[in-house]
Amino acid sequence: MKWLRGLVLPVLLLATWELLTRYHLVNVRLLVEPGRVVATFLRELREGELLSQLGASLARDLGGATLGSAAGILVGTAMGTSRFYDRLLGSSFHAAKQVAIFAWIPLMSVWLGTGEPAKVVFIALSAFYPVVLNTFEGIRSVGSQYVEVARVFRFTRLQVFRRVILPGAAPSILAGIQVALVYSWLATIGAEYLLAAGPGIGNLMIDGRESFQMDKVLVGVVLVGAVGASISALASAIGAWQLRWRVTSA
Amino acid sequence: MTQAQLVNGLEEAAPSSVVAAGRRNLSGALHGLRRQALGAYLPLLALGLWALAADRHWAPPQILPAPRLVAQTLGELISSGELLQHVGISLARVAGGFLLGGALGLVLGTAMGLSRRVEQYVHPLFHALNQVPVLGWLPLAMMVFGIGESLKVVIIAQASLVPIAINVFEGIRRVPRQYVEVARVFEFSRAQYLRKVVFPATVPSLFVGLRYGLTLAWLSLVTVELLASSEGLGFLIVWGRQLFQLDLVLAAIVSIGVVGLLLDQGLAWLEARLLHWRPKASWGGAKAGAQ
Repeated sequence: MKWLRGLVLPVLLLATWELLTRYHLVNVRLLVEPGRVVATFLRELREGELLSQLGASLARDLGGATLGSAAGILVGTAMGTSRFYDRLLGSSFHAAKQVAIFAWIPLMSVWLGTGEPAKVVFIALSAFYPVVLNTFEGIRSVGSQYVEVARVFRFTRLQVFRRVILPGAAPSILAGIQVALVYSWLATIGAEYLLAAGPGIGNLMIDGRESFQMDKVLVGVVLVGAVGASISALASAIGAWQLRWRVTSA
Repeated sequence: MTQAQLVNGLEEAAPSSVVAAGRRNLSGALHGLRRQALGAYLPLLALGLWALAADRHWAPPQILPAPRLVAQTLGELISSGELLQHVGISLARVAGGFLLGGALGLVLGTAMGLSRRVEQYVHPLFHALNQVPVLGWLPLAMMVFGIGESLKVVIIAQASLVPIAINVFEGIRRVPRQYVEVARVFEFSRAQYLRKVVFPATVPSLFVGLRYGLTLAWLSLVTVELLASSEGLGFLIVWGRQLFQLDLVLAAIVSIGVVGLLLDQGLAWLEARLLHWRPKASWGGAKAGAQ
């Protein structure tokens, strides 16, 4: 019954919240009743607006994450397998990585506009960094003895890559994609805040703030958290499934 | 002068009396230099293309300012002291929020790490709240705290609290068993056990949390400043964007990168300084033993 202890604080918090708002101990315009948040959630869900907003956010998140991961695997592989590309791209990559990523948004808005392309490119950029790093390190950490065995068996370069390097680097690449999924969700929310209106959870929250509807904002907070948690859960499930062939002690 | 010409020139410049071994060393060093220089090709190429594009007016200067203009703007921002002022404001916000969030995170992480009871009560809620990224709280925080200084401090505090609390918590839980056993053999008191075993063993993990927390704090601050601020580096970007002065935007982006790098490197330096007492060999051995 020890897990019940975990419920104590949330229940206390909810009860305080309910009491504060029911007896008007705080400004109810600022802090709405918990019941109203649920009501708003159900209403928005019924009217279909919430689902379409969520759909729009998820679509651009998925688009950006896919684009960024694909580019990341490509660049990371180039840097990991060839010292030439590592030296050519490495320092530029690490320099660009230093900039807090949201700082690029105003610049992107000049070059790409404030519509969907700018958002997707920005989300892709956020997914790109961790995938490059993890692909690179994954490839570099493949044991040279495996490559030597492959040479003994006279594998072609393509075979070495497909049969030895890629499977060896896969766990690291997948770990990179997991990080990328978390980052790209963060980037999706940020891009929706900073780039002009359009459908999306981030816009729902910004609108809610501007029209002073805290119930809307709180629905957004819960949704952002729920989607984020589902994405990480899904990512680790896929990771575990993909790597099921691995000997667990390795 | 191209790279190859430069290298050839240097080689010709070496006096012929240099002994063969020395010559080999020199050419080895040059070879290394040449390999290092490869990293400069891409930025130089991009810079050249950028300068050419701006020079030929392939895009209007409001969209693509000349690199010289960006450098000039950066120089003016520095010499007028304006950049330093914005950097100072941003850094003061980070310092305030990071100290607050770091202290709270340290307390929370330590409490959860040392006591199963605290963990059972607090961790589920903490974990649930963590599912919402910092930026997810931003509109809510803007409603509650307004868009003034307190908003920035609160957001940064939250950004740094979470990774620090998690890493301290996990660091305490992962104190190697053999240390705990040695402490038991020596019949350490609780206070001795904490002071001599638990806390020193948690420091590396604490630094992982600090570095991650500071990176996240800087990222969050820039975002908050982009959304709601009238000072600071993020504001400088928004300001330049509104005036269509992309040279200002680019100069601010470069500054954000430099400050971010310095913050992270500063913590890394501090970590190296603070942990230099650590007997490396025995530590490495313990780590290897634990794995």
